[in-house]
Amino acid sequence: MKSKLLAATAALALAVAGGHVASAKTLVYCSEGSPENFYPAINTTGTSFDASSRPIYSRLVEFERGSTKIEPGLATSWDATEDGLSYTFHLRKGVKWQTTKNFKPSRDFNADDVIFSFARQSDKNNPWFKVTSDNHSYYNDMDMPALVKSIDKIDDYTVKFTLTAPEAPFIANMAMDFASIISKEYADQLMKAGTPEKFDQEPVGTGPFELEAYQKDAVIRFKAFAEGWRGKPAIDTLVYAITPDASVRFAKLKANECQIMPYPNPADLPAMKADPNIKVLDQPGLNVGYLAFNTTKKPFDDKRVRQAINYAIDKKAILEAVYPGVGVAAKNPIPPSMWSYNDDVKDYPFDPAKAKELLKEAGLPNGFETDLWWMPVQRPYNPNAKRIAELMQADLEKVGIKAKLVSYEWGEYRKRAQQGEHQMAELGWTGDNGDPDNFMYVLLGCAAAKPGGSNIAKWCYKPFDDLLVAAKRTPDVAKRTELYKQAQVIFKEEAPWFTIAHAVQNAPVRKEVVGYKLSPFGQHEFFGVDLQ
Amino acid sequence: MLRFFFTRLALVIPTFIGITLLAFLLIHAVPGDPIETLAGERGIPAERHAELLHEYGFDRPLYVQYVAYIEHVLRGDLGRSLITHERVIAEFTQLFPATIELSLSAMLFAVLLGLPAGILAAAKRNSVLDHGVMAISVTGYSMPIFWWGLLAILLFSNTWHLTPVSGRIDAAYFPDPVTGFLLIDSLLSDQEGAFRSAVSHLILPTIVLGTIPLAVIARMTRSSMLEVLGEDYIRTARAKGLAPSLVVGVHALRNALIPVITVIGLFVGSLFAGAILTETIFSWPGVGKWLVEAINRRDYPVLQGGVLLLGCSVMAVNVLVDVLYGFINPRIRHTQ
Amino acid sequence: MTAETDAESLVGSPAPPHPLREFWFYFSQNAGAVAGLVIISVIILLALFADQVTAQSPIEIHTDQFLRPPFWEDGGSLTFPLGTDPIGRDMFSRLVHGTRYSLLIGSMVVSISLAAGIWLGLIAGFARGVIEIMIMRLMDIMLTMPSLLLAIVIVAILGPGLTNAMLAVSVVALPQYVRITRAAVLTELAKEYVIASKTNGASVLRQMFLTVLPNCLAPLIVQATLGFSVGIIDAAALGFLGLGAQPPTPEWGTMLADSREFLQRAWWVVTFPGLAILITVMAFNLMGDGLRDALDPKLKR
Repeated sequence: MKSKLLAATAALALAVAGGHVASAKTLVYCSEGSPENFYPAINTTGTSFDASSRPIYSRLVEFERGSTKIEPGLATSWDATEDGLSYTFHLRKGVKWQTTKNFKPSRDFNADDVIFSFARQSDKNNPWFKVTSDNHSYYNDMDMPALVKSIDKIDDYTVKFTLTAPEAPFIANMAMDFASIISKEYADQLMKAGTPEKFDQEPVGTGPFELEAYQKDAVIRFKAFAEGWRGKPAIDTLVYAITPDASVRFAKLKANECQIMPYPNPADLPAMKADPNIKVLDQPGLNVGYLAFNTTKKPFDDKRVRQAINYAIDKKAILEAVYPGVGVAAKNPIPPSMWSYNDDVKDYPFDPAKAKELLKEAGLPNGFETDLWWMPVQRPYNPNAKRIAELMQADLEKVGIKAKLVSYEWGEYRKRAQQGEHQMAELGWTGDNGDPDNFMYVLLGCAAAKPGGSNIAKWCYKPFDDLLVAAKRTPDVAKRTELYKQAQVIFKEEAPWFTIAHAVQNAPVRKEVVGYKLSPFGQHEFFGVDLQ
Repeated sequence: MLRFFFTRLALVIPTFIGITLLAFLLIHAVPGDPIETLAGERGIPAERHAELLHEYGFDRPLYVQYVAYIEHVLRGDLGRSLITHERVIAEFTQLFPATIELSLSAMLFAVLLGLPAGILAAAKRNSVLDHGVMAISVTGYSMPIFWWGLLAILLFSNTWHLTPVSGRIDAAYFPDPVTGFLLIDSLLSDQEGAFRSAVSHLILPTIVLGTIPLAVIARMTRSSMLEVLGEDYIRTARAKGLAPSLVVGVHALRNALIPVITVIGLFVGSLFAGAILTETIFSWPGVGKWLVEAINRRDYPVLQGGVLLLGCSVMAVNVLVDVLYGFINPRIRHTQ
Repeated sequence: MTAETDAESLVGSPAPPHPLREFWFYFSQNAGAVAGLVIISVIILLALFADQVTAQSPIEIHTDQFLRPPFWEDGGSLTFPLGTDPIGRDMFSRLVHGTRYSLLIGSMVVSISLAAGIWLGLIAGFARGVIEIMIMRLMDIMLTMPSLLLAIVIVAILGPGLTNAMLAVSVVALPQYVRITRAAVLTELAKEYVIASKTNGASVLRQMFLTVLPNCLAPLIVQATLGFSVGIIDAAALGFLGLGAQPPTPEWGTMLADSREFLQRAWWVVTFPGLAILITVMAFNLMGDGLRDALDPKLKR
């Protein structure tokens, strides 16, 4: 099969390249779904980012491949003022834009493109604000409209951001997908021609691959952008074969119909690891799955009840049944791969007797009735919420707590949980920018505890919250680490959650693949990947 | 003949209105807020929610929405997907050829195997062949497609490596989408091996989707043939000394085929239904899979558009079949 | 009848057999139909005595027994004769208890669609005019829509769950019964004895039930038996898509949905529920065929 693939690719390359390339390298990635479109700022799913921002675009700063550390991107350096209110980016010179069938760039990347990329998302009066969609989810969710006072062009290669308040995670936000830089020249050209909707269907970026064609729900084809600012990728043709079923992805990987696949079935992992042609890369993801207790509803306002449930559930059984080989037990609200993770915190052991004792102390010797909400969809941090709920239900039954399983359609579920309609609900989180604030403040801070906020435990505990707010104020990483460590100790004691697991992400790849690095954000990038 | 054709065509209009009403009403009764679905773990603040609600028109009274909907449909505007923001009609036209290709080849498979099987079984009634055909047939139409598909993949692709696993064509080939039908496009392109790849990818889904029609066609053909073979005029033909194969072939076959053609026509609807499951299992990028995803994601416009377009397609085929039937069987034309 | 038969037997000609006897005679000639009947009887027995037949509970989770293979493979044991599922529930028990759900689904779907279908068909046939046209148009539209799609949309409205899935499947199955009943009504209405009873002053309702209905019984029975199997398969399809019975209900389609990802690693979780569906559906189809052959006068030659 591989020789047929090479032969076919060679024939194709000859036909395309006029015969001067000896054998073009094609990498096929079996992706798990179709992208929504090719403009990252209006998308929220990893699937869309994998197909748009990762291959086609670049950002001012980037996450180092395989880590959450920030490195220079389209900006070679940046300085912040003492008060943390203003950031100046010095832009890279000589960055070329891609040439496609619609567009031939007449100039290199410069400050105009940066201004445009953010104006499109922030300025309602900008004609591009509404194109394709006006829902710039991440820009809004990261609070950018409130945070960014102004963006100014100092000169062709210098841009200054002025903030309304010091926000240490701001730099990390600039590495996120919504902050991808788009081409002002292309935009102007399309607007003049009266076809703005092509911008997001036939995109132009500065990234390592340019889009050649997209066959809906079937295949996406990219070709290497040789003049990219990072240099030419080792792969000449990048193909995404859209394969929603994990068993089918595995079968294709085995047949070398694709070389890299995401989201394997946990049940297939042993077979993959045993296969000599496949190597399984793994890395703990930047995520957490948890069961939240609605602390505004009885009896969950009593710390003892929350702790009792922590003692009553067999975490190990859940990990074996639902996350076999793909999860590590979670004890803190942030994952171990994140800086400031407090490993000294002790988790609650599995102890049903102690649970019953605590319940008796809390005045509930015969247990009580409650609901237990589970998500109807697979999430990166939770492969099977249904199964987890069933296991928990069985454990809780043994200490006298009768849990009724409840679920809603995903959008409905999230909305109701955020409103606080539940008593106990499963949920989770995948980090956006690698900053602990992104987990703890968003999920457990007082500001998010109001109805509609992401703190579904509706838990507002001043000592905890104060630590988080202080950590936002200072850019000093050492000081912030100390504050977050203390916060985790308080969290464990007060137990607003039963922390379930951090999903380990596994990427099975063919043995011929070299240089592929897993991103902690669960994204898939192919620059720097080569085939032997 | 023409009058029959136009009468038949006229019946289309109430059916069409019925389909649009059905699509429109059913979907608006669905719970779950489509605006909410678009956010992941985050939420949409109330003002934004109201904005979006107004923009998409979900806050207007139902009948106003329906009239607006019909207006748009007649102009060819079926709205935009809430997820991809692409025009629904554009998405449908991109995906429908894949479903047609699969359904057509499944039907071809069913007819090419089913007809001869049925005829032979009838000709050799109560023989081992007959019982064999009937047994396989019953198994065939009792088969749950979704299970059969999984088994087929397990056996033919994973264990015996006879067929590729999923998709329409090997990722190395990318024929220009001239017609949307990969079999044609791959032939038109100058990529070596593309056609072969397209064919090999089509085999397993065809077999799985075509199993039930195959079973039913075989049965129907057999019973239809048996009925006809027992008719008086056949016995007369035999008595006259005509060769048996001629008897069977010419007289019996033509009359036996008529109900079979009706069945084939009726099958279009069930083929599209079966395609939903088959496309899901084989990752076949057609409209069945598209619709199932739309339901899960509460993509209203896609649901409406898909239901409408699919319904109309089936309706069109039914009309075609009726007209063909009327053409073949003159008695029907005049009793309508 | 008695007097006449006695007179005839005195004369020497054979007495016509009791209708049930006659039916059984034709039915039993069809080996497949008899096999179907036997299998269905076994299934009914299993459903009735599920708790006695199985040792384990179908919903109890054994946290140390995930994905055990059937007893004839390495690692299997007779405590879990057909293995366990991904969260440690006994497969054999779930399969046997699943017969209850399949029979329930089949009966409910058939009852609802039969009852509603007969009513609508009778109304359409007797009322004629606008009402008839409207009803038949509606049936046509329903037949135009791919049945699974219609069922999915209905379940999407009502919400996933076994009851809603059954309702959806019943609605989708409706048109067939309506058509059969209406066609029979039209045929019967043209017959003389009906016209006669009409002139005698019989009320419409009386006519409907006493004269017309018994004569469309045969095709209705056949359709009902086949409807049983269609109901089971469609409900299983909905379960497979996650829209039917919800866990921990041991419905065969739902069991298949959960086990898709274990296709290569634990074949028994996928094979057995599917086989159960296949065998049950086949049994009903075979029996339905036998019924049709036995009840259809044309083939009694």
